[in-house]
Amino acid sequence: MNKTDNTAPSTETTSGVGMIRMNDVSKWYGDFQVLINCTTKVDVGEVVVICGPSGSGKSTLIKVINGLEPFQEGEITFDGISVGDQATNLPKLRSRIGMVFQNFELFPHITIIDNINLAQLKVLGRDQDEATKRSMELLERVGLIDQMDKFPAQLSGGQQQRVAIARGLAMDPAAMLFDEPTSALDPEMINEVLDVMTELALEGMTMMVVTHEMGFARRVAHRVVFMDEGRIEEDCSKDEFFSGERGERAQEFLSKILTH
Amino acid sequence: MEFSYNWDWSVLFCTVQDVKIGCVAPYFYWIVEGFGWTIAVASAAWVIAFSWGSIIGILRTLEDPIWLRIPVVKSPVNFNTSAIEADNGVVLINIAWFLHGFATIYVTIFRNIPLLVQMFLWYFVLPEVLSKEAGMWLKRELPLPEYWTSVVCLGLYTASRVGEAVRAGINSITQGQHYAAMAVGLTRVQVYRYVLLPVAYRIIVPPLTSDFLGIFKNSSLALTIGVLELTAMTRQIDEYSYQTFESFTAATVLYILVTAIVMFVMRIVEGRVSIPGMISLGAK
Repeated sequence: MNKTDNTAPSTETTSGVGMIRMNDVSKWYGDFQVLINCTTKVDVGEVVVICGPSGSGKSTLIKVINGLEPFQEGEITFDGISVGDQATNLPKLRSRIGMVFQNFELFPHITIIDNINLAQLKVLGRDQDEATKRSMELLERVGLIDQMDKFPAQLSGGQQQRVAIARGLAMDPAAMLFDEPTSALDPEMINEVLDVMTELALEGMTMMVVTHEMGFARRVAHRVVFMDEGRIEEDCSKDEFFSGERGERAQEFLSKILTH
Repeated sequence: MEFSYNWDWSVLFCTVQDVKIGCVAPYFYWIVEGFGWTIAVASAAWVIAFSWGSIIGILRTLEDPIWLRIPVVKSPVNFNTSAIEADNGVVLINIAWFLHGFATIYVTIFRNIPLLVQMFLWYFVLPEVLSKEAGMWLKRELPLPEYWTSVVCLGLYTASRVGEAVRAGINSITQGQHYAAMAVGLTRVQVYRYVLLPVAYRIIVPPLTSDFLGIFKNSSLALTIGVLELTAMTRQIDEYSYQTFESFTAATVLYILVTAIVMFVMRIVEGRVSIPGMISLGAK
């Protein structure tokens, strides 16, 4: 896949303006505030890793970006389009943002190739041949072309997650969101998924990745966002984050997950 | 007291000489005809139950708002708390709560009133409470009034049960699947059409089988409003011949036969729609 493919739908975007911008976003579940005045942005071609202890709001942060979860205060824009605006066509917006989930979430009742074809046919309006051609390119790329006629439950976790990435890429998205893509995988399968993600990042895909894989963050992230109790505590370059000179909570978190 | 009963199975097949058509077996013919009506009532009612029940079930799973644009002539008036004033004289009203509420009330009413009472309400009460013309039409003009009344009654009752099964099926699908379907850009209708419903229907094949069986058995209540279905015909044979055990045995065997066929067919359906690699969908 070439680089122009990734950014094709968003040629009007000016670099540096921010593909994803969050401004002072707050979200509540009933009385409980899960996001507290979160502000950050992701530029075109940037890879941002979000980390933090469980329950810190990482997954919620990523789910409000494409409107899967509503938020109550602040503003989020994707490629200049406001996510929280009533008038925004959310399905259309979402079709430009690939998303990969912790539990893969392939559609269980259809084959692998149909999983990747579905939204191309129904959302992008591609014809069957065109969609299948694109799906097969992507399956080739994630090394699963020989599994195309199987059903999701017949694949291993790592394979399913690679299919899920292909499903997201099939829409030729302007950005990809990853919500703990390796947390549900057996250790020996983590790398096959991280390899695909690394390759994507190196090709210039705009990515926001919630993960505990600090090795991945070190290798490919441009920036690291550290969250704690609903707040963005750190938002800095990768080198700054790993330099050991960040805040107390971040240090504590890093020492916990790096020393085992 | 000694039990004495004159068994005579031949009564079911006994023939009488008819002046016009020659040798006929009236009781056998009654059973066949009654069986035919039972099938006719149950299958027509199932069409209503399945389609209407599916809609009811889907409505009960609506949670996110559905905005209906209502143009207003004068200055926008706030109808209720779920209405949002939009520009250029249009009011947005969330109709999801209304549809959801309607479906919930529907299920509460139709599932909780005894089927026999419903049968009487439709047949005896409804024509009286409607306008004179409509009531007359129901009683006089409608062809086969007992048949159609029993089909509608049985269909709408069973729809409340099918609706609950459909709702349970959809609700058993994880939130992650909803998210994944929405995240690729499917609209809400598409999410239901291509992801939630195909999986939900597979999950609920067993309860749907129960409801399908139930509709055959419940169709016997149609006799109370005058449909000459299998049970009614059986009673008639009993009254004519006094061979109670033989006539009711025949009905019993036929009910078991038809439900056994339904079970067999539904088992094939279940196998056909099962998803390769999944041991149990329900356990997901």
